[in-house]
Amino acid sequence: MTAPAGAPVLGLTGIDTFYGRAQILSGVSLEVRRGEVVALLGRNGAGKSTTIKSIIGLVRPAGGEISFEGNAIQGLEPFQISRLGLGYVPEDRRIFTGLTVAENLEVGRQPRRANAPEWNHEKLFALFPNLAAMTGRLGGLMSGGEQQMLTIARTLMGNPTTILLDEPSEGLAPVIVEQVAKTILDLKAQGLSILLSEQNLHLSTLVSDRAYIIEKGSIRYEGPMADLAENEEVRGAYLMV
Amino acid sequence: MSGAPHERVPVLEVESLSRSFGGVRAVDRVSFTLFSNELLAMIGPNGAGKTTCFNMVNGQLRPDAGAVRLNGRSILGLPPRSIWRLGVGRTFQITATFASMTVRENVQMALVSHYRRSRALWRPARDHYFDEAMALLERVGMDRQYDRACGVLAYGDLKRVELAVALANEPGLLLMDEPTAGMAPRERMELMQLTTGIVRERNIGVLFTEHDMDVVFAHADRIMVLDRGQLISEGTPMAVRSDRKVQEIYLGGSAVHDGGPA
Amino acid sequence: MADFIVSLLTGLSSAAAMFLVASGLSIIFGVTRIVNFAHGSFYMLGAYIGYTLVQAIGSTAVGFWAAVLIAAVAVGAIGVVMEILLLRRIYRAPELFQLIATFGVILVIQDVTLWVWGSEDLVGPQAPGLKGAADILGKPIPEYDLALIAISPLVLVGLWALFKLTRWGTLVRAATQDRQMVAALGVNQRWLFTGVLFLGSALAGLGGAVQIPKGGADLLMDFNILAVAFVVVVVGGMGSVFGAFWAAVLFGILQTFGIQILPNSTLVLMFLVMAVVLIFRPWGLLGMPETLGQAHPGPPEQPLRPALPRVRILGGAATALLLALPVAHLVLPQLVGAFTLVLVIEIMVFVLFAAALHFIMGPGGMVSFGHAAYFGGGAYAAALLVKFADAPFEIAFWAAPVGAALLAFLFGWFCVRLSGVYFAMLTLAFAQIAWAFVFQDMPGSVLRTFGIADEFGAPLKITGGDDGLNDIWPSAWAGTRIAYYYIAVGLSVAALWIMRRFLYAPFGYTLRAGRDSPLRAAAIGIDLTRHRWLAFALSGAFTGLAGALFLFSKGSVFPTTLEIARSFDALLMVLLGGVQSLFGPIFGAAALTWLNDLFSVLSYWRFLLGVTIIALVLLLPQGIVGFAGTRLGRRLRLARPEEITA
Repeated sequence: MTAPAGAPVLGLTGIDTFYGRAQILSGVSLEVRRGEVVALLGRNGAGKSTTIKSIIGLVRPAGGEISFEGNAIQGLEPFQISRLGLGYVPEDRRIFTGLTVAENLEVGRQPRRANAPEWNHEKLFALFPNLAAMTGRLGGLMSGGEQQMLTIARTLMGNPTTILLDEPSEGLAPVIVEQVAKTILDLKAQGLSILLSEQNLHLSTLVSDRAYIIEKGSIRYEGPMADLAENEEVRGAYLMV
Repeated sequence: MSGAPHERVPVLEVESLSRSFGGVRAVDRVSFTLFSNELLAMIGPNGAGKTTCFNMVNGQLRPDAGAVRLNGRSILGLPPRSIWRLGVGRTFQITATFASMTVRENVQMALVSHYRRSRALWRPARDHYFDEAMALLERVGMDRQYDRACGVLAYGDLKRVELAVALANEPGLLLMDEPTAGMAPRERMELMQLTTGIVRERNIGVLFTEHDMDVVFAHADRIMVLDRGQLISEGTPMAVRSDRKVQEIYLGGSAVHDGGPA
Repeated sequence: MADFIVSLLTGLSSAAAMFLVASGLSIIFGVTRIVNFAHGSFYMLGAYIGYTLVQAIGSTAVGFWAAVLIAAVAVGAIGVVMEILLLRRIYRAPELFQLIATFGVILVIQDVTLWVWGSEDLVGPQAPGLKGAADILGKPIPEYDLALIAISPLVLVGLWALFKLTRWGTLVRAATQDRQMVAALGVNQRWLFTGVLFLGSALAGLGGAVQIPKGGADLLMDFNILAVAFVVVVVGGMGSVFGAFWAAVLFGILQTFGIQILPNSTLVLMFLVMAVVLIFRPWGLLGMPETLGQAHPGPPEQPLRPALPRVRILGGAATALLLALPVAHLVLPQLVGAFTLVLVIEIMVFVLFAAALHFIMGPGGMVSFGHAAYFGGGAYAAALLVKFADAPFEIAFWAAPVGAALLAFLFGWFCVRLSGVYFAMLTLAFAQIAWAFVFQDMPGSVLRTFGIADEFGAPLKITGGDDGLNDIWPSAWAGTRIAYYYIAVGLSVAALWIMRRFLYAPFGYTLRAGRDSPLRAAAIGIDLTRHRWLAFALSGAFTGLAGALFLFSKGSVFPTTLEIARSFDALLMVLLGGVQSLFGPIFGAAALTWLNDLFSVLSYWRFLLGVTIIALVLLLPQGIVGFAGTRLGRRLRLARPEEITA
């Protein structure tokens, strides 16, 4: 796959993030361009989730800059960042288990945005046929795969231009991971930009244009996904494959 | 496989185990036998009943019907702590260790409980079963980090500590819920090699669930596949892999996992 | 039959205030995860503000109900102020600090209310248009009671519609489960929280205002309703508005019939019902299992290590100083006065009390909000033995720790099955019951019911109620100030050392194991419930020992030794000192006892204490001893390099 030459949508420059005294991220810089799927690869504890959380504002970086659609967003509250059109799909899904599928979607609803595809129930159910039949079901009574679909659908209800996908394949059966891959490609086809944090190299290879590898809180590799797929040395060094 | 001098005897026998939740049969008449010196993997799609099955064996959940026997003795209805006393070690999907204690103290706690000294009030805990704890840590390769707090340990190291803790009561059966979840591929293989080695030398039977097919096909002696509460396939990795039904409902087109023979 | 119906209706009407307060408490907890201790104070404010408004505009029916509603809105607004000024800054702080902060608010509101409305109880005016009595099956029943009966279901339906049918309600329910995720989906949760605080506080205010015609307003309303609201919420199920409704109805009816069977027995009956409900449904009638404490903020506690040489030397020096103090008093009486010795005895009593509470709170993660029950309970056990069995000091003294341990054994059986906030609320409810037991002289009242009198024909008093039990002194050998000083200091230092041994032994480690990971503890064969139960009883014994030292130093004991405020003192001491350190409670108790002593000469000292508490929570979230873990503490060699936390 060739990298599309879109303009930068999301950019991180020199992000430092701490938990207590422990520095989790040091000088993380990366970029997502319009319409692109970018993989952020690394093992557990490397700093993938912290990077994603730093972007959406759930964790406050101590230093560096984050820009999204031309706005400086570091230091903003999560809800402010989300309202700029940046969608967040958390790791471990975080479905509202006591709410029905329809109510889960309602929580995610935001006004439509000029520069992003608009989503409604019909359009979402076309993408996730499973959900259509269970709008009245409680989130807690769904299987892991269904929850993964719902968490993505819920974020789409906010009509985002860009999505942060945190480890969508974790804990899912291989067939479901295939579905996730299809969904990501569908969204990309609709013009969304996606930052995908993953450990699953197979999934990432399948859907991503470019990749970053993060290790001990720093970006160690950056390049087209196709190159990485061929570069056994880098994979071995940072991903322990 | 090392030349196992041990005799293979049935450790865990599960017969016709069933459990429903609100009218839905989560586990439907599942039967299997696990032998000593054997790694038995339980795989299947999400919601297939793996966790339910697992929790009925370890005592967290009571089955509606069926039998569970450990070394020929029924353990049905016993709480987890009593099942542990009968020689069942456990590791968790998300590691469960005592974060405010050192690596060695974590193992010492298991030993203290094993020797029924949990209510001892006077002699400092750190003087209890020191050498035994260190021996276990050495076996899992954590002896050099014995004095670090578990709260600051790397994930892969925590998994090793859990393994040492699980071995403290000299179990004949190990229950491992997604032992390699959240680890890098190479770490996964290392941990499973370590586990396999221990299983062979101590003649332990292991029942584990796992989502990483690379791990399953490389390390399981036998595989069971669950779907909608039922056991749909069981056999050697080779046999299960070539089972049409399994491919269809679980493994899929192999685009997202390594399909090659282990 | 008619009597029965009338009693039933009376019961239902008294459920109204309970339901309104409990549902507000439940809603606020559900979303913010803060148990708002100031909720009883909001109820009290609702009554006082309502009273003033009814005086001003309440001469007509419309005016009266307008006054009630305005009072509710006003209290809601006060809740909003508290949210914006205080709670917003501490949402990320550990649970306990939030509780302590709202406790500070209680103290502030108490003194502000005293200052504005004075200390006289206010008798509420009757509601215009509802002054008469309706005729039900030939029996009169106040019309106002019927109005109260109608209010609860109306509010219940309104709340149901608000939560189920509006977007705001959906967002609130989502935030109840995962507020971070709600924020990340673009919802400004700040205003969601503020709105919830408004709603919950307004419900408390409404509860206070509607009961003016029945109960008026007084300064004890806050703590009285708080314990009741806790019981209602625990029995109904935390976070369940419907549960709160049914529990309130249950207790309302119970109160009415209870009074007929046995006067002064209502709290005991509530306790019995709660006990029965919790045995069968540990999370209340309609509650869900709580998953509290899973997202524990802050870094994990450091492993226990042997004390550093410098810390040992400091400890030894402090002990030596304590032992030398009476000598100094004899040699230099003008420098070390008798009062100093008295103050040190008092400090050591509370150091022991705080350390005993810390024993289960720190290593066990069991935050007891009602430990005064064992402090006062022990003291009363000893005092009763002296009064009614003429037991000598040497025997009666030890009855305190034994009695307190037995009480903790009984209460603990219920409490240790729960955890987190449930545990806290249950311990508080039990303590309030113990308080009511001695305050209302329950045993005496039972004997009076059977007409049993003393030799002069007067009704029998057992605990003496408000008057307490007096004239209880140590034997002559222990009665001098210096002798008692050595007894108090010697016993408390010994008890501290023994507790420390326990915590370093497998027993204490197992306790911490259960706190760190109940799952893993069960998986290595630990019977956690039983272990926690034993720890609770041990803690009760040490607390009772402190109670004994207190009793014989004062010569008397009053119901105040069991009251909520006393439990909170101990809690505050532990928190101020720092819950993660074994030394924390020692410093916290010393500091707070001294501070209390300093403030108590001032009028409006509660206000000052409340403000101080709030300031400390905002400025020193690690506690005083958390200081040892700072860089400075490390430089002074009070902590190991790896133990730095801030």
